[in-house]
Amino acid sequence: MSAGADPSATNPVLVPPHTEVGAPIVRITALRKSFGDNEVLKGIDLDVMRGEVVAVIGKSGSGKSTLLRCINGLEAFQEGSLTVDGKPLLHESAQAMRELRQRVGMIFQSFNLFPHLSVGRNVMLAPRLVKKRRPDENEARARQLLDRVGLAEKFDAMPDQLSGGQQQRVAIARALAMDPAVLLCDEITSALDPELVGEVLRVVESLAEDGMTLLMVTHEMGFARKVADRVIFMHQGRVHESGPPDSIFGAPRTPELKQFLSSLHE
Amino acid sequence: MVEFTLWDILRNLLLAARWTVVLSLIAFAGGGAVGLVLLVLRLTGNRVADAAIGAYVQLFQGTPLLMQLFLLYFGIALFGVETSPWMAACVALILYASAYLTEIWRGCVAAVPRGQWEASASLALGFGQQLAHVVLPQALRIAVPPTVGFLVQVVKGTALASVIGFVELTKAGGMIANVTYEPLLVYGCVALIYFALCFPISLYAGSLERKLHVGRR
Amino acid sequence: MRVALDFWPVLAQWPLLLEGAAWTLGLTAVATLLGSSVGVACAWARVSGPWALRVPAAAYVELIRNTPFIVQLFFVFFGLPAAGIRLTPLTASILAMTINLGAYATEIVRAGIQATPRGQIEAAESLALTRLQVFVHIVLPPALKRVWPALTSQIIIVMLGSAVCGQISMEELSHAANLIQSRNFRAFEAYILATLVYLGLAILVRRVLHWAGQRFVFGS
Ligand SMILES: Nc1ncnc2c1ncn2[C@@H]1O[C@H](COP(=O)(O)OP(=O)(O)OP(=O)(O)O)[C@@H](O)[C@H]1O
Ligand SMILES: [Mg+2]
Repeated sequence: MSAGADPSATNPVLVPPHTEVGAPIVRITALRKSFGDNEVLKGIDLDVMRGEVVAVIGKSGSGKSTLLRCINGLEAFQEGSLTVDGKPLLHESAQAMRELRQRVGMIFQSFNLFPHLSVGRNVMLAPRLVKKRRPDENEARARQLLDRVGLAEKFDAMPDQLSGGQQQRVAIARALAMDPAVLLCDEITSALDPELVGEVLRVVESLAEDGMTLLMVTHEMGFARKVADRVIFMHQGRVHESGPPDSIFGAPRTPELKQFLSSLHE
Repeated sequence: MVEFTLWDILRNLLLAARWTVVLSLIAFAGGGAVGLVLLVLRLTGNRVADAAIGAYVQLFQGTPLLMQLFLLYFGIALFGVETSPWMAACVALILYASAYLTEIWRGCVAAVPRGQWEASASLALGFGQQLAHVVLPQALRIAVPPTVGFLVQVVKGTALASVIGFVELTKAGGMIANVTYEPLLVYGCVALIYFALCFPISLYAGSLERKLHVGRR
Repeated sequence: MRVALDFWPVLAQWPLLLEGAAWTLGLTAVATLLGSSVGVACAWARVSGPWALRVPAAAYVELIRNTPFIVQLFFVFFGLPAAGIRLTPLTASILAMTINLGAYATEIVRAGIQATPRGQIEAAESLALTRLQVFVHIVLPPALKRVWPALTSQIIIVMLGSAVCGQISMEELSHAANLIQSRNFRAFEAYILATLVYLGLAILVRRVLHWAGQRFVFGS
């Protein structure tokens, strides 16, 4: 269903010659980012493979959101390189930036649905404007995606008529409508009442099962453990420890990670 | 034919601008006084007074100032009183300013929490004491920026007095433009003099407004 | 002493008043469309335009807001011919009203634009919309909705201000009153009736714009 489901379906031209199939969809090398004098990312190296589900954990202020926002071009970084699907992120070129963003979907903590557009229009807006998708095709796809997140009957509802969990699921459908190769999720359940968290996580889980590439910042450790292929622990602007969920949660090596994990159980 | 230098034009305009300033000050001060009386009348809670003053405000805010000037000019004459453009302009602008100011201030008083009225009443303060010692001092703080801002409105409003023949800046500009055959230059200068009068007031009102917002946080 | 008012000679001239009122409404409608467009364009320029546009837009707004409308009108009608631009009373009135409303609308719309939550813009950017698309589709519609009441008030202020256009022999409502009183010397009565018509127009325009705002702006 999604573009990430089948690696061979991707246009081979997009894969740089020096990378084999199964090459990273996101490749970050020595990335540094400062806000003024405050260096927030201090040299990040990270590859995300096609179809991989990566969970990013870490203390507040460790730079998780900043990393995700760099990948989407919402923040400009000072040093290092970042490629998506083999294409480097160039801040100078608005055109290149838009092409990159068509490959990278983002879901926000605060949903950010457009309040003046109905649910259906929220989903159809970007495909219409950016991809010039035909109206009938666009609507069919929007209905299909809303059905997938369990909101088929809300096509004509306005965002303020929906619960937080429903709004976040619409935001997921809206991102999927652009057929992204990778989906970035920044604490997408943090703004939700506890009883609404499950419905959103189930949607994300089904995306993972369908082979979507996911890079998600999360505080839901149980979910990360269950769904992620790999967990990244960020500490003071660096990838401090990474590995499969079982070893990260079961056998943390560094004292910082141990302390972080034990602080969660208090 | 007489030659007019730019200085001649400016000097005559500036002389006339004194009348713009005088008229503005009279309208603002008089309007403030009348507006305050109307405000107090309205706050007494008398239904009839409230409705009447509400209609008064509606009338002045819903009709052109120019028409108000004409009505005063011709209306005073109807009563057999000797009228002059000067008097008609003063009266009309005072009434106009009073309607706007009383409405601005009413909003500021309404922004004072109800609890302040109740607390002061529970301390056995009379209506006048409540107003003077508790409510108005608090309302005053938020009332200053929009009140200063309205002064700009008044200065610009005085330009309409030219239409009923009062010689202030705009009227003088028209007369000078007629004799110099330099309407572009003269009206340009007139506009700049108004700008020089109003812009500092606008800036001041804006800075007061910002200070108030910072103070409230 | 007795004040004798006689409205009949004025009322007998009702077609003139009606025609004047129609012109006033027409001027206001055209100035509203043009002035709001100017306002939206300048608001964009002030918030996210290049510096070369920001400064002139700010200067325009301050210059207009700190000078009387009547001076702007006279500058356009009496002043511009000296620079070779000769305008009819109608075009001069429309131009002056548009320039005037445009400046106030700029500030009003700007306030609405600046109240846009940052996340709305980021969400739109992350969906690969261009800057112009973000402005037109994401920022502007809710901004207009937010400031619609303020814009409505300003449009009414401009309509009432247009009474001055009679001074350059634009045949709108105040001009009609003047014409009537010159025919029958019932000045006070003529101006009273004209003033009441203005009051009615102000109420009417507020109603219509309120309705239009709910119906067309924001589409909800
Ligand atoms: N726009 C900004 N301007 C200046 N500093 C910023 C900005 N955004 C983030 N920072 C700083 O960067 C650091 C990392 O912030 P970031 O939001 O990436 O942390 P985080 O790991 O996502 O934290 P949280 O779990 O609280 O979301 C913080 O110290 C923060 O103060
Ligand atoms: Mg964060």
